Amino acid sequence: MTAEEPLLQATNLHTWFELRQWGFLRVGSVRAVDGVNFELGRGESVAFVGESGCGKSSLARTLLGLHKPTHGDVIFEGEHLSELKGEARRQYLARVGYVQQDPFGALPPFMDVRRLLSEPLIIHGVTDRDERERRIRKVLEEVRLTQVDEILPKFPHMLSGGQQQRVVIARALLLEPAMLIADEPVSMLDASVRVEILNLLRRIQQERELTLAFITHDLSTVRHYADRIFVMYAGRVVEQAPVERLLDNPQHPYTCALLAAIADVDADNALEERAVPDGEPPSLLHPPEGCRFHPRCPQAMAGLCDRQDPPLFEPEAGHYSACWLQDPERG
Amino acid sequence: MTDAREPLLQVRNLQLHYRTRRGTARAVDGVDLDVGRNEALVVLGESGSGKSSLAKALMRLLPRNLARFSGGVTLGGDDLMAMDDEHFRREVQWNRVSMVMQAAMNALNPVVRVGEQVAEPLRVHRGWSKDAAMERVVETFATVGVSRDFVTRYPFELSGGMRQRVVLAMALVTEPDLVILDEPTSALDVLTQASIMNVLKRIKREQGTSFILITHDVATSSELADRVALMYAGQIVEQSDARDFFHDPAHPYSKLLMDSVPRLHQSEPPGYIPGEPPDLIEPPTGCRFADRCPSRFGRCSEDPPAFELDGDRRVRCWLHEEGTDHDG
Repeated sequence: MTAEEPLLQATNLHTWFELRQWGFLRVGSVRAVDGVNFELGRGESVAFVGESGCGKSSLARTLLGLHKPTHGDVIFEGEHLSELKGEARRQYLARVGYVQQDPFGALPPFMDVRRLLSEPLIIHGVTDRDERERRIRKVLEEVRLTQVDEILPKFPHMLSGGQQQRVVIARALLLEPAMLIADEPVSMLDASVRVEILNLLRRIQQERELTLAFITHDLSTVRHYADRIFVMYAGRVVEQAPVERLLDNPQHPYTCALLAAIADVDADNALEERAVPDGEPPSLLHPPEGCRFHPRCPQAMAGLCDRQDPPLFEPEAGHYSACWLQDPERG
Repeated sequence: MTDAREPLLQVRNLQLHYRTRRGTARAVDGVDLDVGRNEALVVLGESGSGKSSLAKALMRLLPRNLARFSGGVTLGGDDLMAMDDEHFRREVQWNRVSMVMQAAMNALNPVVRVGEQVAEPLRVHRGWSKDAAMERVVETFATVGVSRDFVTRYPFELSGGMRQRVVLAMALVTEPDLVILDEPTSALDVLTQASIMNVLKRIKREQGTSFILITHDVATSSELADRVALMYAGQIVEQSDARDFFHDPAHPYSKLLMDSVPRLHQSEPPGYIPGEPPDLIEPPTGCRFADRCPSRFGRCSEDPPAFELDGDRRVRCWLHEEGTDHDG
C-alpha cells in the first residue's frame, strides 16, 4: 500500500438480514457479510471471489449503499457512508458506478439507449441537451459502440448480449465515477464475448485510473483483470493477496480446494476424479463455531479450528489468510 | 471395446428447422454425429449455435412451430426416424436415451417428493410397482451421491447441487444406453460442478453409459470428453478426438475458441472472437464462419463439405481440402 489515503475502506463491516416468521416472529439473522475489513486504493482493480451465498453480492450492495450495514461502516474518500444524507448521498452514488450481472434485466425495456443514458445525467443536473448528447456519444465510443447513430435509437431487446453489457458499462461511466463495482459482469454472456468485455473493463479502468471492484465466482478469469484477489467464504474474507501470489501460492485450504476444482483444459482431465471437499457451505443463519470452513476442511485441527475463529495472518508480505495453519506461533 | 466400429448412435444429415414470423430458422442444419459405446461426446457451441435444438431433435421433443425434421438417426442399429411417435416414446424416450435438460433442477415439481419424481420413468414407461421402483431409486441415489433419507424430501429442502444430482438420478434410473446432458453444471458453483463431474466420470466408468454433453464451457467439457464436436450456426464445423481438439484444433473457429479459454497459469491474456454469429434465418451462403475468420480466402464463398482428416477427424473448412494440414 502506498502512503496515500485509500479511496474506500470497509471497517468491521457486517450486513445482516433479519429473518422473521409470519412477518413478526424473529428467527435470527442471516449474516451475509460478517466482519469484513479491507482498503481499496485509487486506480486498483480487485476481485472478490466466492461461491453463491458467500456474501459477495451483499457486500457489493452494501458498498453501493443499497443495504445499510448492521455494524461497521464504509468510508469513501474520508466520509462515512452511513452519515451521508440527501444531496451528499446522491453525490456518492454518482462517484460509484454499478455494472450488473444481467444486462438485459438492468436496462429498462421501454427506454431507447438515448433515453436511458440521458436519465442519470438529468437526475444529476445536466440540463443542457447538447451537453448530454455530447457526453453520451463520448462514453459510447469509449465502450466501443462506435456506430453511435445506429445504437442510440435502439431499445435494449434489439441489442446483443455484449452490446447490452456495453450500454450498462456506458451508463455506469456517464457520471465520471471514481469507482466501478461490477457484479459478475460477464457470467450471462457467451464465452467469446466474455473476454472482450473483460478486456474493455480493464482498459477503461486503467485509462481512467478507476478503482474497480469486480465480483466473480470464476477464479480462472481473474488473473488478467485484477491486481488483488479477496476470497470470500460464508460472509468472511478468508484470503487476500496480489493475484499471482494467490493463484500460484494459495494458503487457505478453501482457496486450495477452489483451485483444485478448476483445471486448465486438458484431455487428461477426463481420466481422474478431482478432490472436492465434502459438504456444502454452512448456513449463514447459524454459522459453525470457530473457522467457518472447518467442517469441510481436510486439514482441520480438532480443539482449535472448531473452537476459535482464526484472525487474518500474514504468511508473506501483503498476503493474508484466515487459517490457523498460518499461525506463526503454532509449533 | 469389441464393437468399436459400430457406433451406438449414428446421426446423418439431421435437420431441425423452426417456423418463425421472419422465416425459417435452421437451428440444426445437416448434422452428422457418431457416439460410440461408453463414449462421451461433447457438443460445444455458443448460445444460438443450435446445440440445444440438436439435443431436442435426438430426444424428439419437437416444438409446435416445426418446419422441418429430417435425416437419419440410428441407435444400436435401430432406425429411430422410421419409428412413429408413440413407438418412439414407449421404446426409446427415457428407456434407451434419457436427458437432463438445461436448468432441470429448477423444474422439479415442488409439491411431489423427489423420490417419487425420480421413480416416475420406471412407473410410467415400465409399469413397475411402487416398491420395486423405490428400491431402484435408492440405488440410483447412491450412485449419484444422494443420501437415501432424501427420497422423501421435497425439492425446496435440497441445495442446488443436491437437486442437480436428483435430476441426474432421474435420467439414470432406467439405465439408458445414452444420456444427453444439456449444460448440466452451468448454474452451479465451482466445487459443486467438480463433484457432479466426478459423479459422471464414475458412472461412465462403472456402468458403461454413453454421454452427449452439451455445453459452452470448454474447461468443464474437458472433464468428461472423449470426443468433441463444435457447432457453429446449426452445423458441426469440427469433430475430433478430445486430445486433438484441445491441443491442436483444426478449424479456424476451434482455434479462436481455444485461445479464448482463460487459463489459470498462463501469462498472456486470452483472446476473443470478434463479430457475432450469423442469423439462422438467412445464414450466409458459403462458409458460415467466413465473416469472422482470419484465414478466409476465395474458396470460402462456397459451402465447405466436411473433410476427413487423419485420426477420425472431420473438419468443415476449405483449408483442409484433400486432408492436408496447411499450418503444418
